Amino acid sequence: MSAAALTAVPLEGRDARPGLGRLTLVELRKMTDTRAGFWLQLAIAALTVFVAVAVAIWGVGPDQQFGSLLGATIQPASILGPVVGVLLVSSEWSQRTAQITFGLVPRRGRVVVAKLLAGLAWSALAFALAVGAAAVAAAVANVDGAWDVPIALVFQDALYVVISVLGGIAFGAALLASAPAIVLYFVLPISWAIVGSLSFLEGIAGWLDSSRTMDAMVNEVLSGEEWARVATTAALWVLLPLLIGTWRILKGEVR
Amino acid sequence: MIESKGLTKRFGGRTVVQDVTFACEPGTVTGFLGPNGAGKTTTLRMLCGLSEPDAGGAAVLGGPYRALPNPGRRVGVLLDASAQHPGRRGRETLALSARLMGVPEKRADELLGRVGLDRSAARKRVRQYSLGMRQRLGLAHALLGDPEVLILDEPANGLDPEGMRWMRSLLRDFADRGGTVLLSSHLLAEVEAVADQLVIIGGGRIAASGSREELLAGTGTLVRATDEAALEAALAAASLTASRVDAGFVVDAQPEAVGRAALDGRVVLSHLGPSEGAGLEQLFFDLTTPEAIA
Repeated sequence: MSAAALTAVPLEGRDARPGLGRLTLVELRKMTDTRAGFWLQLAIAALTVFVAVAVAIWGVGPDQQFGSLLGATIQPASILGPVVGVLLVSSEWSQRTAQITFGLVPRRGRVVVAKLLAGLAWSALAFALAVGAAAVAAAVANVDGAWDVPIALVFQDALYVVISVLGGIAFGAALLASAPAIVLYFVLPISWAIVGSLSFLEGIAGWLDSSRTMDAMVNEVLSGEEWARVATTAALWVLLPLLIGTWRILKGEVR
Repeated sequence: MIESKGLTKRFGGRTVVQDVTFACEPGTVTGFLGPNGAGKTTTLRMLCGLSEPDAGGAAVLGGPYRALPNPGRRVGVLLDASAQHPGRRGRETLALSARLMGVPEKRADELLGRVGLDRSAARKRVRQYSLGMRQRLGLAHALLGDPEVLILDEPANGLDPEGMRWMRSLLRDFADRGGTVLLSSHLLAEVEAVADQLVIIGGGRIAASGSREELLAGTGTLVRATDEAALEAALAAASLTASRVDAGFVVDAQPEAVGRAALDGRVVLSHLGPSEGAGLEQLFFDLTTPEAIA
């Protein structure tokens, strides 16, 4: 039967569906095993460390407290993380590897879930690096009240990174093309912020303008209403494109 | 085992594949022949669950491709050798899929060797690969999970003559060990040498199918009539042996004898002529020209 009987490939596993854990690890590997992916990851890590060092050296007083440092060190991951998220999905179409991926995993929904899990895992790793860099910088600077930070704010910082990366995945899925997805991910919210600054849209903008609702996450412990604003923004900028994208992936032709 | 049952696909009102039915048995190599744009790729994509048919269905190893829990271990697919990430190294491309389908990563190294990609090629990024190298990588990818079925779209594209010969022996060997091979091509010569079954498609429809010998039936006469049943009866009445090809009959007799049989049976012929040993090439050409399809 086997024409390529080189290594005796065990027969068991022939009909074992690859588990979500394995799919997620493969997706994580795809993030780093291309030239573009590798340098993007390295750039984010380097920027995170650089931010911590810069604040530790040139920052003053409250800037050097752990809480403020963390607010700064998560920025590379939350600004460039979405690009990682976009590419994780859209490069399968732009580089036409989708037919390989879905040839091996024909239940396309499992690939979508694996990519979301990989996005979460990536966020966790990036956040851990940001925490580490901020902690080292805070310890070195050693200003008064350096460790005085509400745990809720740390949690919000982590969520900020997660929402950013998932937003990238959602845009990548909705557009299924790298360049437009990256451009629109950055341009749409900015355009919306400009439109939202018109006085008669003020009320809506306070709920849907990510530059307003999300920025509060890294600056202060959110009130109940602010959480509602964050949730509304995330529904528009993350959930909606993710639903559109998932539908496109599940129902569309694989190119 | 591959079965296509009435596969039909429309894009924007245009029917690109219409009622395509054929089957590939274990131990055989089936050549899927047709000119460019005949619907070969669309058919293969429907077989592999990448494209949803508008009508009909397909089965690979007894069920829909998408129902296979770990398809990489049962079916090797190569649809487009250029559909690989150009920034990924050759070996990594295979290692990633090996991981996914749960075979040891060292399979990647073995298959690179088997398809003739050396260590330096394995380290190169796919961007730097020639088309021939991509085909070899794609073939290695298809063989990675030690499958029972191979579905290959234009695998000989970009291969040099030596590479083609190598691929033919690889596919022949695969089938002789009990595997099922379906490969498409727009070049008859490429397929004639290796396939034992042929499916010829033109304009989205199957124009002819059968064993190579049957279709080659070289020394006979190719005859067609608008009323095929009447022609068949007339040939039988004259005790002539005729084998049906989708667009007529190949009769084991001289054209004159066939003509007399048709005259006796009062059948209007639309085509009568010797195959003259031109064999498959003529058949392929005839069946895939627009007039033959219309």
